[in-house]
Amino acid sequence: MSDAAIETQGLVREFKKGPRAVDGIDLRVEPGEVYGFLGPNGAGKSTTVHMLTTLLPPTDGRAWVAGHDIVEDGAAVRATIGAALQDAALDPFLTGREHMKLQTALHGMRGAEARERSDALLERVGLVQAADRRVGGYSGGMKRRLDLALALVHRPRILFLDEPTTGLDPQSRSALWEEVQRLAADRGVTVFLTTQYLEEADVLADRVGIIDRGHIVAEGTPEELKDEIGRPSVEAIPQDPDQLARTKQVLARFGESVTGSPKGASVRLSGGDAQLAEVVRALDAESIEINELQLHAPTLDDVFLAKTGRSLEGDAEVETEVAAA
Amino acid sequence: MSRGSFVSVARAVAWRNIHNWATNPTLIIPGLLFPMFFFTAFAGGLSRIDNVPGFEYGPGYTTFVYGFILLQAATFGGVFSAFSIARDFESGFSRRLMLGAANRNGIVAGYWIAALVRAATNIAVITVIALVVGLEIHGNGVDVVGLYTLALLMNAFALLFGTGVAMRLRTMQAGPAIQTPAFLLLFLAPVWVPYDLLTGWVQAAASVNPVTLVLEADRGFLEGDPTKVLPAFAVVALLVSISVLWARGGLRSAERVA
Amino acid sequence: MTDVALLAQRSVVRTLRQPAMVVPSLVFPLLLLSINSSGLETATHLPGFPTDSYFQFALAIPFIQGALFSANSAGTNVASDIETGFLNRLSLTPLRRVSLMMGQLTGILALGLIQAVTFVAVGLAFGDGIAAGPGGVVVLVLLSLTISLAFGAVGAFVALRAGNGEAVQGTFPLFFAALFLSSMSLPRDLIEADWFRTIATWNPVSYMLEGIRSLVIEGWDGEALALAFACAGGIAAIAVAAAGSALRTRMVRT
Repeated sequence: MSDAAIETQGLVREFKKGPRAVDGIDLRVEPGEVYGFLGPNGAGKSTTVHMLTTLLPPTDGRAWVAGHDIVEDGAAVRATIGAALQDAALDPFLTGREHMKLQTALHGMRGAEARERSDALLERVGLVQAADRRVGGYSGGMKRRLDLALALVHRPRILFLDEPTTGLDPQSRSALWEEVQRLAADRGVTVFLTTQYLEEADVLADRVGIIDRGHIVAEGTPEELKDEIGRPSVEAIPQDPDQLARTKQVLARFGESVTGSPKGASVRLSGGDAQLAEVVRALDAESIEINELQLHAPTLDDVFLAKTGRSLEGDAEVETEVAAA
Repeated sequence: MSRGSFVSVARAVAWRNIHNWATNPTLIIPGLLFPMFFFTAFAGGLSRIDNVPGFEYGPGYTTFVYGFILLQAATFGGVFSAFSIARDFESGFSRRLMLGAANRNGIVAGYWIAALVRAATNIAVITVIALVVGLEIHGNGVDVVGLYTLALLMNAFALLFGTGVAMRLRTMQAGPAIQTPAFLLLFLAPVWVPYDLLTGWVQAAASVNPVTLVLEADRGFLEGDPTKVLPAFAVVALLVSISVLWARGGLRSAERVA
Repeated sequence: MTDVALLAQRSVVRTLRQPAMVVPSLVFPLLLLSINSSGLETATHLPGFPTDSYFQFALAIPFIQGALFSANSAGTNVASDIETGFLNRLSLTPLRRVSLMMGQLTGILALGLIQAVTFVAVGLAFGDGIAAGPGGVVVLVLLSLTISLAFGAVGAFVALRAGNGEAVQGTFPLFFAALFLSSMSLPRDLIEADWFRTIATWNPVSYMLEGIRSLVIEGWDGEALALAFACAGGIAAIAVAAAGSALRTRMVRT
């Protein structure tokens, strides 16, 4: 029996006549940790979550959640976890409060205990005023908040959040982040969070696992992963757009090209941020007037790019040359 | 930590389904209206059928028809309840139940309890109306218990059969797959006239249709002359037993996909 | 005419490309016909029953049931156009409303024709023929089309008024009731329950059934045919006018 909150060994999920959505994943999440599972659409994030939450049996490999085998002991797993999945799975005919009633009843709570727990959670997610309205009339953000409240009904030790802020406005996203941070910090809840947003993983996660095409391609704290890349990038946007090509030529002397603004040139500095002064001098020597010059620390997208050759944000492969406007 | 059990899950699922049914006219109306239409059409429009030579049924044609309508209401009550299961899968709500239920068999039990409550309510309403328009129950208390027990067992069979289909197909396309066998089982039976007055291929079908036994037992209870009771209960018990296994298989199938 | 032709083509193609709409409208009525005619054959022993074959008597029913399916199909298609915004798209073109209405109705008639031909063929294959002969078959098909148009236009009206598919589905029980509270199962003069006979006498569906039956069983009965066409045609005229008015409201343009 594993003492980790979540542990997988060679976890595989293969669909009939389809690719392996999850192709041998090994991971370990310690109790109280916020683990960010980052990857593009179709990487296998949701499939992994569905297996860990006992909604989908693995094709091969093993996994334990809260020490319970996900296949042999599904009921025990479900008793200790909460999950807010990609689809909020709400009944449009029920009100928010009725959803809480259903969820508390499913988990064996009744009477005053169920009511108090419902009221407390509705207050926590800011849905008290809307509680008696049918969910069919809720906004996307309200549905997500209700979903989170429902996931917390039975005080789970482990919480699975599958792309919880996709489609939310910035305000709702921030509110949800705060809640996740509070859960982890105050209550020691282990959070397994899947996301396609770099910033979300960066801000929330203690450790990040980057998944691509069913494999974990990198794992570590956000800082560790970025340090692996090590080098910052510089972006220069010329005042005169006609100077873009020359700007690229100058910057190309200092490192390999990376994706940046289409109006500017971006390279990863081979010599680190100490080269910034040289970059400025070189541009000046060529009489290229710069509108904007920025030094970027490595991002998780840079990590993904380094590991896979593709950018996490955007569909295109990395381009080394941008066509002239 | 969840304290959910089979009972708490069944209770929660039953509550939600009964609540949705009771607060949505679009869900209440079919279960009530269609049996009433059939009852009106048959008892009213075909009332002279009891003048056909060979038709002998003491309580009269209205009661004769009621025996069928009772089974129809019970069976289609189960069918419509199974539709709501298919709808839950199509909408994704079933995922919430599968995730939250420590004991997933409780989900099926919850749907069953809800179907029972819906059927009992519909049957009560239809019976009151039938009594007003001339239903005569010549049976005693035991006969009445037998009559409605058979009806509720048919409801259970229909619900569990529909559950198995809905959980395997997991979309509203399960609707016709659930409804058509139920329809055929009900109508390939002595619906309008006694078995002996049936002709042609329908008589041949009715001779092997288990619902024929159930219908004849029903009408016997109403007449106060119980007939084929043991075979009818045996057949229904068998149907329910098979459908329990079918429903459990459906649940296993649903557990294999997210 | 080009507009009408284009929209008629769309309506017909759209209907025929939905097997889930077309097949049940043919299969269910025929299945019920088979079950009913076998199950109620003994009803022909009632004194005064007009034929010794319940199949011949019941053959009229699929034509009405088919028309109910037409109502559902027409209404659902129109509601879908409204809900998806397709009607708004048409409003932005020079298309005339009357062309749109005629186009929609053509789809209804196409499905109605398939149904009528199918049911006549079944009647000829499994029954004792059509008493009114080849001319009667033509009149029967025309009557069936008129009935389909009547119910279909009602379906379209409901959809245009309400703007959603649920309302169309909600009218189905009403059509169902109209069929059941008629001389569907027995001739009106053999209905024992006075209240039922009264309802059936006031119900226009009874006359539609009796008109079809007269062609199948008796031959040429002018009164029955006149009443049938009057009822079906009258409902069709009112429903088409109502649908047109509802369309005018829905396609309001400055």
